[in-house]
Order: sequence, then structure tokens, then C-alpha cells
Amino acid sequence: MTDDGNRMIDEGAPVPPPGDLDDPSRRPAGVLEPFEVFRQEKDGDPMRHGGNVLAPDPELALHYAREMFGRRGESVRLWVVRRADINVLEDLDLLQPPLDRSFKKPGGYVMRDKLAAARSRAGTSKPGARAGSHATTDRRGGAQ
Amino acid sequence: MTDPLALDPVLPPRERSEPSARRWNEDLPHDERFEHFEAHVLGGGKIEPNDWMPDEYRTAVLRFVEMHANSELMGVLPEREWIMRAPTLRRKLALTSKVQDEVGHAQLLYRVAEDLGKSREAMFDDLLAGKTKFHNVFHYPTETWADIGIIAWLVDAAAIVAQQALRDSSYGPYARTMQKICWEESVHIMHGRDVVVTLVNGTPAQRAILQDALNRWWGPLMQMHGPRSDRTKDRDLHWRIKAKTSEELRQEFLTIYVPRLLELGLTIPDPALRFDAGAGEWRYTDPDWNELRTVVTNHGPKSQERLEFRRLNREATAWVRAAILAEPRAAA
Repeated sequence: MTDDGNRMIDEGAPVPPPGDLDDPSRRPAGVLEPFEVFRQEKDGDPMRHGGNVLAPDPELALHYAREMFGRRGESVRLWVVRRADINVLEDLDLLQPPLDRSFKKPGGYVMRDKLAAARSRAGTSKPGARAGSHATTDRRGGAQ
Repeated sequence: MTDPLALDPVLPPRERSEPSARRWNEDLPHDERFEHFEAHVLGGGKIEPNDWMPDEYRTAVLRFVEMHANSELMGVLPEREWIMRAPTLRRKLALTSKVQDEVGHAQLLYRVAEDLGKSREAMFDDLLAGKTKFHNVFHYPTETWADIGIIAWLVDAAAIVAQQALRDSSYGPYARTMQKICWEESVHIMHGRDVVVTLVNGTPAQRAILQDALNRWWGPLMQMHGPRSDRTKDRDLHWRIKAKTSEELRQEFLTIYVPRLLELGLTIPDPALRFDAGAGEWRYTDPDWNELRTVVTNHGPKSQERLEFRRLNREATAWVRAAILAEPRAAA
């Protein structure tokens, strides 16, 4: 996927063939590109998107990223990724299909009345608080 | 690449909190490196794929994750058999979705394992050759629809007890993957419990197949976490690859699920099962460890059939992998 709109290209400079931007000797002057910055806040955390910087190459992008996202000790690791290397999917027909998918979510299973019916049939009572819970709905692992 | 810190240190080196946050990555003599590594891990630190790690740690994490991945992959086969026989469309959708989730978990976990240095092809080879294992509960037949309820509720519950503890694993990629997996498993448990409670409220015949399923699955469930082990001799615990012993996991499972089973008027097929308030733990008949050993070495009732299914499936899909790995043809 190309992203020329985001690339600040000196009109006079030849457009480099893809793949040559990493090679400083072949990099034309004046070509700056956005790099997306990902940061890890503490050891073991996932890498999260922080923002972006404009730089001619990944090395300088890291220096900028460190200035922008690492000056107050708020990161333990930074990644920079050339924006043009990011492929995007945002088709809501694919990501949020307008179908009833409640069977994939905890809210799709309401058992209160069924459990009450089962208890009254069995002549049992509701288990105490000691029974704990495994409904980890507070941990939205897929949607951080 | 130049070290960004070398250009313009934010603080003079002596004022930084540590000389280097990840000393064990530096070029030090092995023993010194190992000491830094141990101190980091035992102090609650995480290890990332590009960090230096002792071979023993790498092997231990790989073994653990590979077994987990194998279990997710093989674990869909018993349930898959019931997709076409699900009683309603909604149950069919939910079961299909669960099977997709579990295969997805296998994909995530095989990626974690691959990053540790073993190829996916090698992992499939070893699984099919019986060199690596998958969980005991996936070696048994599914006789009725009630088995699907018991598996989704109780097998997944027993698994999630272990998996929740793994969200704090010292191996960073595994711990993070487990966040997503636990989130999805918690839906499977609700799906399974819903199936079970629906059967309880059904006909006498439905209650009978449910009790029968519980009777057959209780033994494998009690064996699932493995025999009691010595905490001090467990290397996976020492390095915080996992957080709890098998007995701790079993006790936790019983504490949560025994009351919920009794609530439904079901009978747990172990007359010795009781909570010993004095000792603060559950007493139960010692699980059949010979059965566990027999089953996980692929001598269970369905071991060979399921491995054969996986073998055939792998052959049938070989062309897909070949197409993906093929050299791109020159543009026409």
C-alpha cells in the first residue's frame, strides 16, 4: 500500500525505488517520512501506539521518538515503523458486521431465571460468595 | 545503529536509576549474565523474545507453550463433531464460534512458540509422531450433546483456572497472549453453563444424559492439572513461567465449581469429595494417575483417531502452505 500523500518529497529529487530508503548513500536529500511510534510503558506491557514523528530514516526516527516519548522516563521500549509499511483494514462490513453475534459475548447468556428454575427444581440454594467468579468480563483482552 | 542514549543523555549515567535496565543482555561472562537474568525474572520482570535467555529457560517456555498450543488445536476435534448435531441454530453458531476461537488460540500460541526457535512444521511433526503431548481431556469421545455442555463449562473452567495464573507469566509474549485467550474462554464457559442449565431444566432424559456426562468427565477433569508436585523442584514455577502448582489449580477449580454443580442438583461422582474446613482444602478420591499417563501418551480411547484426523487434514491442506511459500512468479 503506498502512501505518497504523507511523504514530503522534494519535487526536484528523484523518487527512490522502494527498499532503498534504508541505504543512506542512495537516499535523496529532503525526503521526510512519517514513522509511527509504539511505546512500552513498563516491562511486560504490550506495545501501544504513542504518536508519530517525521524523519528521513528509522535511525533518526528513533532519536526523535526518544525525544518525544522517552524524555520523562515514561517508556522502557520504543518501536518506530514507517507509516507506508502499515497496512490498514477499516471496512466496517468486515469488522462490525450488522448481525446478531451476542453468542460470542458474555452478555449473550442470561441465566438468572434458568438458574432460579433449576434451584427450585433441585431444592437447593444459591452458592455463597466463596464460589468466586470466572466471568472475566473486566479483562477485554481483545480490545486494549 | 547508534544508541540514541549515546548522543544526548537525559541524565548523566551515574544519575540513571540503573546502569542498564537489562543487564543480562550485555556481553558478560555466562554466569554473571545468568545471575542478572535470574534476579530479573525472580523479581517479577518480563522476558521478551529478543532478550538473552538461558537455553534451559527457552526450552522450558517452548515446551509449555507448545503443549498448550497442541491442546488448543486438538481440543476442537471433540467439539467439532457436534457442530452439525447442535440442537438449535444459535447453539450451532455458538459452538462454531467456540471452535474458531480455539483454533485461533492455537495460532496465537504457535506464534509465541515459533519465536522461541521451533518451526511450526517441526511442532506438527512432533505432535503427529507422538513426541509432544496434548491435554488428557481431548483424548476422550463425546457421546451426547450433554458432553458439549460439560466440556465448554467445566473443561474450559479447569483450563481457565490455569490460564488466568499465566497472565502473569515471566515470558512477556505468553502473558499478553493469555489476556486475549482468557477473555474468549470466559464466554465459552458461559455458553457451556447455559447448555448445562438448559438441560437441567429439561426432561428427565435430558437430566439423565447430563448426569451421565458428568460421571464420565469427572475423572479426566480431576486428572487434568496433573499429580501433586514439589513446589521447590518445579523449574517452571521457579522461573515464573507458571504461577501455581497443579494441586493449587485443582483446589481452586473445586472451590468455584463444586457449589455450582450442587446448585443444579447434580451428583458429583466422588463419595469422598468434601471440603475440610480445618485444613482449608478439598478432600477427594485420588485421581487415577495411571489413566492420565496412559491417555496423554496417546493411548486414550480417541487418541489415534484424532491424530489421524489431524494427519489427513494436514495432507489435504499441504497445497495451501505450498502456495503461500512458493516463490512469486514473474509478473505477466
